[in-house]
Amino acid sequence: MTVVHVRGPLKKLAGDRGDHELTGSSVADVLAELERRHPAIEGWIVDERGRIRRHINVFVNGELAREATAVRPDDRVEVIPAISGGVR
Amino acid sequence: MTELVVGTKKGLFVLEGDGPEAFEITARAFAGEQVECGIRDTRTGRVFAAVNNSFYGPKLWYTDDPAGEWTQADGPALPDGGEEALVRIWVIVPGERDGQLFLGGDPGVLFESDDAGASWHLNEALWQEPSRPRWQPGGGGLCLHSIVPWPGDPDRVAVAVSAAGVWLTDDGGRSWRQGVDGIVARYLPEEVEDPNMSLCIHRLERAPKRPERMFLQFHGGVYRSDDAGASWSAIGAGLPSDFGFPLTVDPADPDSAYVIPLQGDFDRVTPEGRVRVYETRDAGASWAPRGAGLPEHGAYLTVLRRAFDRAGEGGTLELYFGATSGDVFGTRDAGGSWFTAATRLPPVYSVTASV
Repeated sequence: MTVVHVRGPLKKLAGDRGDHELTGSSVADVLAELERRHPAIEGWIVDERGRIRRHINVFVNGELAREATAVRPDDRVEVIPAISGGVR
Repeated sequence: MTELVVGTKKGLFVLEGDGPEAFEITARAFAGEQVECGIRDTRTGRVFAAVNNSFYGPKLWYTDDPAGEWTQADGPALPDGGEEALVRIWVIVPGERDGQLFLGGDPGVLFESDDAGASWHLNEALWQEPSRPRWQPGGGGLCLHSIVPWPGDPDRVAVAVSAAGVWLTDDGGRSWRQGVDGIVARYLPEEVEDPNMSLCIHRLERAPKRPERMFLQFHGGVYRSDDAGASWSAIGAGLPSDFGFPLTVDPADPDSAYVIPLQGDFDRVTPEGRVRVYETRDAGASWAPRGAGLPEHGAYLTVLRRAFDRAGEGGTLELYFGATSGDVFGTRDAGGSWFTAATRLPPVYSVTASV
């Protein structure tokens, strides 16, 4: 199973758990599975177009990833707000 | 006691007071987040906050107690799998039916709720409007920022989009037509093709006691319509500047309107460092400054389009506006005298008042 790690308000929306073991062959797959298990998080990471929001970064094993990036069962996916999104 | 719901760059503030002393902050919510619009629906008591989170996207929240827990509404969102996403929520307005509310946002979209704001659905007719691909965004995006119901008739609604003009429905939103005849965009060349798709309305309001009359603040110009938005006449002569963002009216007087002129689109601050609200009581034939108690020197304020609201009417009309300086000013005598309701708030995006 791929582990998806969320933090901050996303963790709260995901049942107050940071690590989620999910199945899927791409970043989009595992994020969709996360939304299915925790509907409250729908729209927070991925927008209506199915795209990762502009100021959210997703890393797979430490490398910046996009929706179509492949994931394997032993991968770790981190969902992190980007410093570019901060409001002064 | 008057309540102000103030949306700011750093959260939602609820203020209460009677003036002329400063209002008390009774609640702050969404600390650190941009709250574009906050309102209390006085029919239900429910308070709404449109939070445009820079990381997680626009979200609508509601509560019965602004100092307590908030619930995220179901929607608003654009259709899944499409080419566009909701960028920003600009405005929330109670409708004429029980439980009905409207919400406007970027990209020029209108949503409606039938359950007091718990869930929202997209107005498909405006979303599918054939001219939409030609709609031009203003500096703030393609924002649907004004929603103006018709008192007593839920089928008739006007909305304004920056910069796609005024749109009108007479059938509850099943069909829309543009209502912009007479509006002239000085920022466009005369021979421009399709000028009606670049009309930068800043704020639209209706005279409740004569609903066919509306006023609008334009990106250079103030206009009045006496035929429910079909055509418009310029009424900005006599103002120190006909550029500004917000506008409101006295519900008791269909000949009334209030605007807050700014220097111009090149310098969006109060002219000459002096803050003044301008009032007309003759439908725009003449304007008079209403500035007693407002800063008269060294005050270069910017007042945004949703940061001006009213409560009450007639001789006890209350007006409140906030600036990006973090100041909020109010009057309880229709502009005769003003007081400072709050200072040193974060930059103010919206003000709504209720008594």
